[in-house]
Amino acid sequence: MSSSELVVSLKGVSKAFAAGVLALESIDLEVRRGDFVSLIGPSGCGKSTLLRIIGDITEPTSGEVVVNGKPARKAREDRDYGIVFQAPVLFDWRTVERNIALPLEMEGWDRSRRQARIAEMLELVELTGFEKHYPWQLSGGMQQRVSIARALAFSPALLLMDEPFGALDEMTRERLNLELLRIWAETGSSVVFVTHSIAEAVFLSTHVVVMTPRPGRVSACVEIDLPQPRTQETREDPRFFELVTEVREALHATGADEVEEQLAAEGPA
Amino acid sequence: MTTMPYLEPRQTLPRRLLDWVVEWLPAFVVFALGLVTWQWILPDVVGIERFLLPRFSAVAETFWTERDALWSAGWFTFKEALGGWVAGCSLAFLAALVLARWRPLGRALMPYAIAANAIPIIAFAPITNAWFGTFSPTSKMAVAAVLCFFPVLVNSLRGLTSVRPESIELMRSYAASEVSIFWRVRIPTSLPFVFSGLKVASVLAMIGAIVGDYFGGSIEALGIQIRSSVGLSQFEYAWAAIVVASILGLLFYGAISLTERLVLHWHPSRRRGE
Repeated sequence: MSSSELVVSLKGVSKAFAAGVLALESIDLEVRRGDFVSLIGPSGCGKSTLLRIIGDITEPTSGEVVVNGKPARKAREDRDYGIVFQAPVLFDWRTVERNIALPLEMEGWDRSRRQARIAEMLELVELTGFEKHYPWQLSGGMQQRVSIARALAFSPALLLMDEPFGALDEMTRERLNLELLRIWAETGSSVVFVTHSIAEAVFLSTHVVVMTPRPGRVSACVEIDLPQPRTQETREDPRFFELVTEVREALHATGADEVEEQLAAEGPA
Repeated sequence: MTTMPYLEPRQTLPRRLLDWVVEWLPAFVVFALGLVTWQWILPDVVGIERFLLPRFSAVAETFWTERDALWSAGWFTFKEALGGWVAGCSLAFLAALVLARWRPLGRALMPYAIAANAIPIIAFAPITNAWFGTFSPTSKMAVAAVLCFFPVLVNSLRGLTSVRPESIELMRSYAASEVSIFWRVRIPTSLPFVFSGLKVASVLAMIGAIVGDYFGGSIEALGIQIRSSVGLSQFEYAWAAIVVASILGLLFYGAISLTERLVLHWHPSRRRGE
């Protein structure tokens, strides 16, 4: 396999915070073109920190981070990835279209090119007709779709998502899961997806990376061999349940009390 | 997906007029009772003397007959207030930008700014007369400017630094420069805070200009005219001048509120019916 196919490569990445807390310890991780990799683990296992390290928003204490074949810093400066947070982080003073235009403005696209791209993005997230709306005029799910459109606006090879559907209700979440898979298939980008829902991770991913807390380590990587494209029926596939069980057991094997609490809070998958 | 925007049902004009009257009726009643008290109850029943409070009709008459002198004095003092407001607010916003950009500097200076916010700056009015000249409007502007400075500084800095961390992370993911982050995120986020500072400052600027006048100044100034007419027992004139000052203060405040509504039309607080 040629290294050009490697979109993200982490080698021995550790992160210690100022107070001496070790958040991440010698993480190795590879994401190939077209992969959909979920990072799953209890709160405090450093999965969001790991995502920010890939995006060069947080610097690792040690280790090597390569994105798109270059150092993470260079990849960020070249705007090689799009990022989506748990909150939509839309700017209240910008309309939907101007929120999506933000990264394009930063790239220095001219107006007509921007307009064409915005129309394309709104179609992708099925929000055509909402160009002139302000964020507060949209529902939470619609706001998150705008933020996905913004992240995809300049067709990055990599999409980083930090619990993007964590604040949404179950119905909206399942619909957006399907929408995300469709977008992923259409754009051919790679995704690194942080979640604490086992079912969501299994449903979306090609690989689920299980992390342990304090310090955050990778304890297992489960390959998800469910057929593509995935549909609502995938959730009823016996193989889906087997994989959910496999991921859950991998989480249990980490032995942390926090995991138990997390599972209790989540209920049966 | 199609979503219809929710439109409030249109009501007939008489119906809306009636609603409006019902809504404002209590306020009108209070206003009318206030005037009746001022005109008849206080002088005739309670026995308040003219030098304490002249009748409403006497003040209204002076307000009309002396309108040229009153409004020209009002305008003179309003210019002092406006000049001080513009200078004080601009300097305060620039200072807030500097302190927000270099946070250690901000942390070193902010305790003093907050403390300065609590001291009675108006006490400096005689000093600015000594610095800039008693008869120069500059001395009044200086008092107004210093009064405006601290609330606008404190509010602006709070606004500039109350940006959610993810917004900054998002901008960093675009490799945005510090200038770009200020321009695209920090300044727009700060605007609602800045406007509340500007409104407070408009009230303070009027106070600064008028009280500045009290400590001496041109005979054209409203504060001087209030002081000297009281000295000459022309109480109706003093009260009419106070009414002029109040009207100018309200207009000043209203103009800033209106600008705020126009500039912040995107703000979630603008949503109707919620």
